[in-house]
Amino acid sequence: MLEIVNFLSKWAVPAMIITTLLYGHFKKISVFDVFIEGAKEGFDTAVKLIPSLVAMLTALGIFRASGAMDFLLDLIQPVVQAFRVPGEIIPMALMRPISGSSTFAMTTDLLHTHGPDSLIGRIASTMQGSTDTTLYVLTVYFGSVGIKKTRHALGVGLVGDFVGFVASVAICLLIFG
Amino acid sequence: MVNIIWMFFIIGGFIFAFINDNVEDVTQALFDSADEAVSLAIGLISIMTFWLGIMKIIEKSGLINLINKALTPLARFLFPGVPIDHPAMNAILMNMSANLLGMGNAATPFGLKAMEHLQELNEKKDTATNAMCTFLAVNTSSLTLVPTAIIGIRSAAGSNEPAEIVGTTVLATFLSSLAAITVDKFLQKVTR
Repeated sequence: MLEIVNFLSKWAVPAMIITTLLYGHFKKISVFDVFIEGAKEGFDTAVKLIPSLVAMLTALGIFRASGAMDFLLDLIQPVVQAFRVPGEIIPMALMRPISGSSTFAMTTDLLHTHGPDSLIGRIASTMQGSTDTTLYVLTVYFGSVGIKKTRHALGVGLVGDFVGFVASVAICLLIFG
Repeated sequence: MVNIIWMFFIIGGFIFAFINDNVEDVTQALFDSADEAVSLAIGLISIMTFWLGIMKIIEKSGLINLINKALTPLARFLFPGVPIDHPAMNAILMNMSANLLGMGNAATPFGLKAMEHLQELNEKKDTATNAMCTFLAVNTSSLTLVPTAIIGIRSAAGSNEPAEIVGTTVLATFLSSLAAITVDKFLQKVTR
């Protein structure tokens, strides 16, 4: 099982790139030109992240440097440690359903502080990839067609986030821990 | 909500800085973090550019249509109330494909289109239908095969193996989606 996951992790991306290029060539599109066409958007997308990255990273920088983060983490540490959850990822898990760009900034921050190949870095990466910003998706999607009674959608979304968080921690502890 | 949390971080931080008497360190940390944020975003340009290029090939070559076909049986099961040849179904499939490939921003336009068509099938216009709730469950639990943005920030942060989290992510997202869909289907039965 572990070998399969490892193999999948290593080869998923190369396999996807090769398949895409060969399929595109087979369908007689000029892969290079089309690549360039799509790649043009890369700069804008990255630059658009600057405002939210600056906003969130400065707030987190203040919160951490002042000692407030340590205080907060000390408070919840006994609870999460009982489940072997590294306390550092708790703020990110709490932010995940609320704001996508903020969580993205927090993930980036965790990767830089603890290293992308650390256990914390791997859990943060897995969590970032396996959950979505429930409140945002709900607001935008239902808002766009004027749905006011959302029934059980919020509850279901939050269940998904919680399971995603628990699963990310458990799976990473099992495979990398 | 984000407003409150953001202010909580900043104001709470400065209150602690006052208590711990380290205001100068905190102010320095503020400007260092801002610097870091900008260099991170700049570092992201390389990998984003690469992946958006690959994504365009997937879209233009019609590979995305094949993925759509593969997903049709799943869509029939998830959205029994939506006729398979209705435009809503096509938009749902495009949205799911884009999500599976970790296309993020590209998935949203398809998602909004799907909601628009689902609303055509809705009899009570201010209340979400079962299909809408399921669609949101699928979207918020984020079915992903290749989390491209994460691979991007991992390699920007100097990871030895940026893609090593693909396997764990697929497993975690499978479980969270399964949970969300199960709870959704259960609640549909109960609240009907």
